[in-house]
Amino acid sequence: MKREGEVRIPSGCAIAAVISKEGKRMTAGKIIDAMKPMHDRSNGLGGGFAGYGIYPEYKDFYALHLFFDCRDTRKACEAFLKERFEMIKGELIPTRKIPEITDEPIIWRYFVAPLKSVLADLQLDEKEFVARTVMKINTEMKGAYVFSSGKNMGTFKAVGFPEDVGRFYRLDEYEGYSWTAHGRYPTNTPGWWGGAHPFTLLDYSVVHNGEISSYDANRRFIEMFGYKCTLQTDTEVITYILDYLIRVQGLTLDEAASVIAAPFWSTVENKTDKDERDKLRFLRTVFPSFLITGPFSIVLGFDGGLMALNDRLKLRSMVVGEKNDTVFIASEEAAIRAMEPDAEHIWAPSGGEPVVVKVKEGAY
Amino acid sequence: MIIDAERLGNREINEILRGREKRYTLRGCTGQRFIAAGMSDKEITIEGIPGNALGAYLNGARITVKGNAQDAVGDTMNDGEIVIHGSIGDAAGYAMRGGAVFVRDSAGYRAGIHMKAYNDKIPVMVIGGYAGSFLGEYQAGGVIVVLGLHAGTKRIVGNFPCTGMHGGKMILRSDCEEVRFPEQVHARSASEEDREEIRRFVSAYCARFGEQEEDIMDAPFTVVTPNSKNPYKQLYVAN
Repeated sequence: MKREGEVRIPSGCAIAAVISKEGKRMTAGKIIDAMKPMHDRSNGLGGGFAGYGIYPEYKDFYALHLFFDCRDTRKACEAFLKERFEMIKGELIPTRKIPEITDEPIIWRYFVAPLKSVLADLQLDEKEFVARTVMKINTEMKGAYVFSSGKNMGTFKAVGFPEDVGRFYRLDEYEGYSWTAHGRYPTNTPGWWGGAHPFTLLDYSVVHNGEISSYDANRRFIEMFGYKCTLQTDTEVITYILDYLIRVQGLTLDEAASVIAAPFWSTVENKTDKDERDKLRFLRTVFPSFLITGPFSIVLGFDGGLMALNDRLKLRSMVVGEKNDTVFIASEEAAIRAMEPDAEHIWAPSGGEPVVVKVKEGAY
Repeated sequence: MIIDAERLGNREINEILRGREKRYTLRGCTGQRFIAAGMSDKEITIEGIPGNALGAYLNGARITVKGNAQDAVGDTMNDGEIVIHGSIGDAAGYAMRGGAVFVRDSAGYRAGIHMKAYNDKIPVMVIGGYAGSFLGEYQAGGVIVVLGLHAGTKRIVGNFPCTGMHGGKMILRSDCEEVRFPEQVHARSASEEDREEIRRFVSAYCARFGEQEEDIMDAPFTVVTPNSKNPYKQLYVAN
């Protein structure tokens, strides 16, 4: 079988997310329940989760999750990592053998801190260094793939239905203040473990339902800034664009949303607020190649929060609900009801309207 | 007949609904798709959340949902009635060609997209709250009514209503000063004759959801129809 990145087949999918604004930690039980009524939106070729606040005991270290094809690759990769990082722990990610999930690669995690001497030598800040290391492994080290690289967060993904993937990774044993989930129905690529969602870089993770039509235009532009898209998967390019806009360019989440889901010029010209109009014009003019066209609904996870966003034409569904301090987001209301039968204020954000939910300061 | 739908798949549900009884109540729906697809002489009440494409190809059955419904309600519906005691998702009534959909609250994007009509087949969609963008996109027939009740500060309809409209009628309970229509349609304030027709839809809405007809009628209405003087012609081909 051809691997992810070697072939592109022209996605229906399911996404869900939950976050406690008070920073209360919850197991993945709720988010796994959310994926059950949306079973038919995926086809068993990919499922995954991202949990935030799951590694409090190692919160000052980058948690690298890696797939390896064989032991030699792992040994070589560990040697490479040790040249650049202080490694305080390396272990197999605990999994459960279940008949629904087969052909798993070797799955490890490492808690690491970049060596100060290396950073000084390269004159890079910590995050940029980690991002570049991830790119280097994923493009140059055959058989090794970093699929999670943030602090106090982790991504878990596999080929299978999402509810099975949750059981496989024993996610009921983790507790986080926010979770995102994805059920995949791949339409462009064959469905390999690395191609499952969430896609991550540092603490940013993206789950995506849709099929963007600007993939190549976006890819060509983002690759000018050192990012390497290795999987031909549109979600990967969205993740890198958001990392670039938010971390590197310092845009706010709302501004980044106005870049990737920019309103039509006619909508911008009809804004009555002059400052808003000028700002939208500015963002569309400066970052035209980051406009993402075609259908998407995404949830971006980051340290301390979530952002949900639809494409500007709203060609995919997305529903938001609340209960007490907890906010729920999903492709279908049925999924929200599966997490919280009494969820309130159910609403559907408009196309291009970001929904940002943050954990209160100091609670994560 | 009362059915506990919580653990049933969509095929199992539809198999039960095709049984001998005329009236069914589904309890605890959890997003099963295609409920009542293509059904004729049934009366179905739904509790919980029905999945996408509720009542697709519906052919005369009556469906009542005691809450919200998801996307694509009444997809390609031919006849019958769907009553939603809540809001609906996107693309409701896609290519609908007969029957009626009544929504107590609001509709998402693209309600009534590609709605059409033929002879006595004139579909009707009445939305009590507000409607999202692209309302009546490519509408070719039938009637879409939006009442803007309990909409708060929200505009009665989102952006780009009636894009590509070339048949049928849209009625909005508003003077529509803030709404921008495409050049290919004609928006006018309702005449006395229009208001008589509108009263019929409002009355039907009130009968289902218990609102006051007179209160709803006591407001300006705008009627939108295709502009025959400026049709979508020669836009793509020289026809």
